[in-house]
Amino acid sequence: MGINYFYPEFEVVRNDARCIRCKVCARQCANEVHAYDQDRDLMLSDESKCVNCQRCVSLCPTRALKIVKSDCRLRENANWDGDTIREVYKQAGSGGVLLSSMGNPKPYPVYWDKILINASQVTNPSIDPLREPMETRVFLGKKPQSLERDETGNLKCELTPQLELSMPVMFSAMSYGSISYNAHESLARASRELGIYYNTGEGGLHEDFYVYGPNTIVQVASGRFGVHRDYMEAGAAVEIKMGQGAKPGIGGHLPGTKVGADISRTRMIPEGSDAISPAPHHDIYSIEDLRQLVYSIKEATGHKKPVIVKVAAVHNIAAIASGIARSGADIIAIDGFRGGTGAAPTRIRDSVGIPIELALASVDQRLRDEGIRGNVSLVVGGSIRSSADVVKAIALGADACYIATAALLALGCHLCRTCQTGNCNWGIATQKPELVKRLNPEIGYKRLVNLMTAWNHEIKELMGGMGINSIEALRGNRLMLRGVGLTDAELRILGISHAGE
Amino acid sequence: MKRVYVNEKWCLGCHLCEYNCAFANSGEPDMAKALRGKVIYPRIHVEEAGKICYAVSCRHCTDPLCVKSCISGALSIQNGTVKIDHDKCVGCLTCVLVCPYGAVAPGPDGAATKCELCLENACGSPACAAGCPNNAIVYEEREAAV
Amino acid sequence: MIPLEGQIRIPSGCAISAVISKEGRRMTGEKIIESMRPMHERSNGLGGGFAGYGIYPEYKDLFALHIFYDGEPCRAECEAYLRDHLEIVKGEIIPTRKIPSITDEPLIWRYFVTPLRSVLASRQLDENEFLARIVMHINTHLNGAYVFSSGKNMGVFKAVGFPEDVGEFYRLEEYEAYCWTAHGRYPTNTPGWWGGAHPFALLDRTIVHNGEISSYDANRRYIEMFGYKCTLQTDTEVITYIADFLQRKQGLTLEESASVIAAPFWSTIKRKPTEEQRLKLSYLRKVFPSLLITGPFSIILGFEGGLMALNDRLKLRSMVVGEKDDLVFIASEEAAIRAMEPDAENIWAPAGGEPVIVTVREGAY
Repeated sequence: MGINYFYPEFEVVRNDARCIRCKVCARQCANEVHAYDQDRDLMLSDESKCVNCQRCVSLCPTRALKIVKSDCRLRENANWDGDTIREVYKQAGSGGVLLSSMGNPKPYPVYWDKILINASQVTNPSIDPLREPMETRVFLGKKPQSLERDETGNLKCELTPQLELSMPVMFSAMSYGSISYNAHESLARASRELGIYYNTGEGGLHEDFYVYGPNTIVQVASGRFGVHRDYMEAGAAVEIKMGQGAKPGIGGHLPGTKVGADISRTRMIPEGSDAISPAPHHDIYSIEDLRQLVYSIKEATGHKKPVIVKVAAVHNIAAIASGIARSGADIIAIDGFRGGTGAAPTRIRDSVGIPIELALASVDQRLRDEGIRGNVSLVVGGSIRSSADVVKAIALGADACYIATAALLALGCHLCRTCQTGNCNWGIATQKPELVKRLNPEIGYKRLVNLMTAWNHEIKELMGGMGINSIEALRGNRLMLRGVGLTDAELRILGISHAGE
Repeated sequence: MKRVYVNEKWCLGCHLCEYNCAFANSGEPDMAKALRGKVIYPRIHVEEAGKICYAVSCRHCTDPLCVKSCISGALSIQNGTVKIDHDKCVGCLTCVLVCPYGAVAPGPDGAATKCELCLENACGSPACAAGCPNNAIVYEEREAAV
Repeated sequence: MIPLEGQIRIPSGCAISAVISKEGRRMTGEKIIESMRPMHERSNGLGGGFAGYGIYPEYKDLFALHIFYDGEPCRAECEAYLRDHLEIVKGEIIPTRKIPSITDEPLIWRYFVTPLRSVLASRQLDENEFLARIVMHINTHLNGAYVFSSGKNMGVFKAVGFPEDVGEFYRLEEYEAYCWTAHGRYPTNTPGWWGGAHPFALLDRTIVHNGEISSYDANRRYIEMFGYKCTLQTDTEVITYIADFLQRKQGLTLEESASVIAAPFWSTIKRKPTEEQRLKLSYLRKVFPSLLITGPFSIILGFEGGLMALNDRLKLRSMVVGEKDDLVFIASEEAAIRAMEPDAENIWAPAGGEPVIVTVREGAY
């Protein structure tokens, strides 16, 4: 390569009057951006390696550093923006498929931000969660169509297995492999403390984490990595992963370089081998096949655990969900197109799937139209960013939300979107021991607990404002929502009125 | 008694503890002013070998060899903290030799210098623990004291 | 143009009142009308109504349909539909009294009907479900016709106006019931539609309700899965359907349905003394989460042979109960009870979520 087409995307700005040459930036940058020149007593930067993860910025004790976007611009125009041009250069140089990480960054509409929440005024009272009980407990699972009584007329109080959540949020699937041991430990411990669940993803369950089984959802994905009897029995629920919002229609790929001894053992694959999950499950080519797998899993686990089917939000999601609701699944998890990933082909991440808000609204309505909403619980993910998003999702019809990116942010992630390099400076999306140790689960789990506790307080405040004192009275309560700046079609699909109506 | 403990498992070798220590004991209000262009004499040191790193600082032993061996009476135990009186220190550095942990070091003026838990500087409690980004250094009460 | 009832959701405050004889003694409507007078300020003249149980003893095996018509063409269309499905034993105009405070009345008819056996058999439905579907069909599909009462040996009388005037208008002194419930409405805009007044009824179940529930759309969207259509967008309508669904379709007892509608807090369930209670209460909460009603309400559910009064679980609306001999009185205010019976005893305010169930002695109605 004779010509370098890429001017660095970021600039490292160092305030020399503040720099004390402690070299923490150099020591902490796994991308080797910073270096110390002893002869000149100067800190140097190679910006071409910078991914703007802000590790150096966060650790610099004198705030001598900042990273800014480079103002060296390509000759962009409204059609050919800088990223698009750079991607062409990249592919012209490599001949390969572009890879990206985390969620879709493109400026598609974020419907959460165009939906507003109601509050009580005059005609009914708002409720103060500091003074009155405010309930956020949720049970996920199938609800019976009709009740049965025994000979003496007493209700038979037996339910199919349910997941009990202290609040309507769970940590979404992230495999051991895509994220580190310490990240998993943080999620597992936080889930136990919070009374919620985290999800193994398709990477199996590390032997150390079986103790967190009662708060673990174990995933069965197309690669069947790490799936065995003890694994299934360890979890509180089993999730069949059919698809992922960030990459609907394709499988996963964990490069062999990340498959060390521990991951090899957990995934049950040879050390150093690429872990490739096929695009479809090769035993599920149709809905009736799904039903068989659902029941196989139920049989294998003695009908003691709810089965979740996770799908990506795609165009025909309402009909797909309806099929899943009749397949014996207890819970449907839908992942919107803004959901995150450790690595996905850029084109797929950025242009396949639909927004979770619309998918959720149409699925919830379809299941109600068909009278089968009680057959399943609905869990939605794909960029739930705050407690307000959670409240809006519940009011649209979700039973609970899956969050992953927000959880990673709590652990220190700065959304630099280079997980695929394995050089995560925050110890999250990496398997390098010296980087993994940067995430101390003792700190990590507390930050997750803090985040969720804060959200739960906010959910209660928002509910109290609406005069609602239990989360079940919010679920599907679309009258509590109004749209702003939405078209008639969007409002119709969301099933809400425009603000002012 | 609360002491500074270091957990090797979480030490990143970032050396921030050294700079935080030097700053805390500088008496200056601004870190850049205190440390820029200066050689620092921290009372905690990160030892490194390959990928292993570990911050070392005074254990405040209940029966400290340094105090026993001090020829001038500069080292003493006050409320459980091992302290050094710089005016009394004659710079013989016996304490540096006898400390089994390597937690005492010569300071800028030739006198020995060591951790006094930041109890009397502006920090009030160990700056190394407060500033450790990974909780590798903690300041806490433990039952089995050294 | 101001939207009509059903085109928009209209919050309202209210007065409610009820009297029931546990011995099945029948009382004229005068007593219940009196109870509404001291609560005049709780209504604003935009809706009042009554439900009386035991008023049609001579037709007690027939469903009594009370229907509002906008005009004669609507009546002709609706009667044709009724004749296709039901045997009409008697059809007549409901007698009213012209009074200055009640104007713009629609055509008000009542019919005593029984389902055609042949139709019933071909639909494979019991007569209650069949009747409920007939009512639902008329109210959603036949423009200008609205069934506002459809039970046996009972009837709802309602209008736009203050409740005491509505009682006079319908000549309630001429009816005798063992149980009366009453409602005065304070809607926050002016729909001016008679069907929007309360009680709301389906089959023999009637609801009078004071409050504005915050769970409305969650309740509505759930209950609509089971064939109900909430055309009025009112709390009372959805609560009636919930009561019908839980009691008639799911076969829950009154107490059990109260534990769904005003479900005890999880912390309360945890404190229940027996495992059996804990199991049952949590089971009902888990099975019917979407039928929990939150926000302020006090309701009186009337049904054949009894009534149930219930407050929301935080008791955000007033409701008191009193007794005298075989009579039990329930009202938004004690003054209403005193108006019915100055010597009422044992006046108490039920706790939030605690159902007050009064039934008439078996065989006495």
